[in-house]
Amino acid sequence: MVEFALPKNSRIVTGKTWPKPEGATNVRKFQIYRWNPDDGKNPQIDTYFLDMDKCGPMILDALIKIKNEIDPTLTFRRSCREGICGSCAMNVDGINTLACIYGLDEVKGDVKIYPLPHMSVVKDLIPDLTHFYAQHASIMPWLETKTNRPAKEWRQSIEDRKKLDGLYECVMCASCSTSCPSYWWNGDKYLGPAALLHAYRWIIDSRDEATGERLDELEDPFKLYRCHTIMNCAKTCPKGLNPAKAISEIKKMLVERHV
Amino acid sequence: MNFLTDRKRALGTGSAGHGTHHHWQMMISSIAIVFLFPAFIITFGLSLGGTFEEVLAFYGRPVPAIVTALTLIVGVTHVMREAQAAIEDYMHGVSEKLTYIGVTALCYTMIAVGLFALVKLAL
Repeated sequence: MVEFALPKNSRIVTGKTWPKPEGATNVRKFQIYRWNPDDGKNPQIDTYFLDMDKCGPMILDALIKIKNEIDPTLTFRRSCREGICGSCAMNVDGINTLACIYGLDEVKGDVKIYPLPHMSVVKDLIPDLTHFYAQHASIMPWLETKTNRPAKEWRQSIEDRKKLDGLYECVMCASCSTSCPSYWWNGDKYLGPAALLHAYRWIIDSRDEATGERLDELEDPFKLYRCHTIMNCAKTCPKGLNPAKAISEIKKMLVERHV
Repeated sequence: MNFLTDRKRALGTGSAGHGTHHHWQMMISSIAIVFLFPAFIITFGLSLGGTFEEVLAFYGRPVPAIVTALTLIVGVTHVMREAQAAIEDYMHGVSEKLTYIGVTALCYTMIAVGLFALVKLAL
């Protein structure tokens, strides 16, 4: 359901401002969303100052520096620090992206960091992705075959393998789904760009033998057809993928099946 | 809801098994509108400024009358389908169903009234 205002207990208030580093000449201001489920308070924006001469080039470097040197209670997910694990997805300067591959030089002015939009927050910059992962599991993200397993391997031509390019690279960071207004309003039923991109990745796989069943599962006004080609997903994807195109390909396949 | 598994919540009640027809009909009416709206604007523009008798005679001719009727039917039907999508997007529960019924009734009424007026003009 569409929501035009935040609930009372989600309204953001001004938080703590931490002191500037002493003797630093190249200082940058960071405004970071904070929320602790245990203290019963509203979310707040804390302000930090970092000496950029002693900080790495990426948003994640800054966050780690803040956690290590200023405020150890700041909570965020991170792992690979090279855009492969998808853990550090967050909203930086109004754009959903991976903190590890988003440069501080790409942000003009103060750096504003929020958790991924319109998701329940576990703590600070950590969104609850339980439903997102369950939706991904619901599209059967595995090779489904009916033919007996071949002795050696499922073979695939070079041309058919190329069809998976631009699809298999998705790291499930949820940047696309959480940038999609349709997913904001109907995320309980709409699968969202990430799950649909993965669905198409298995539909188009020449080795998969469940194409019909997969299309049957997606033929639904909410699961698939909530996509109105807004294109936020393609614009925000930190890996440069185009989920909207994958969704339109699924729609084309469904139309071809009907007409 | 509290004790549902995450997977069950994601699967819901399964696929409705439709939606493609709606999507396909929207595509068709969108393409039709690309041609119909300019044709309607031209024919409607030609009828402007005439006396009552001249307008009656104009809409008594087949091309303006048929273009107007098609634009009315295809255009309003398209708006109705688009409104359905918007209602599904932004409303849920009883209010969604009631609004959808209201919009559908309004759209069909608009088509009926428009066609009645056009027939009165044309015949």
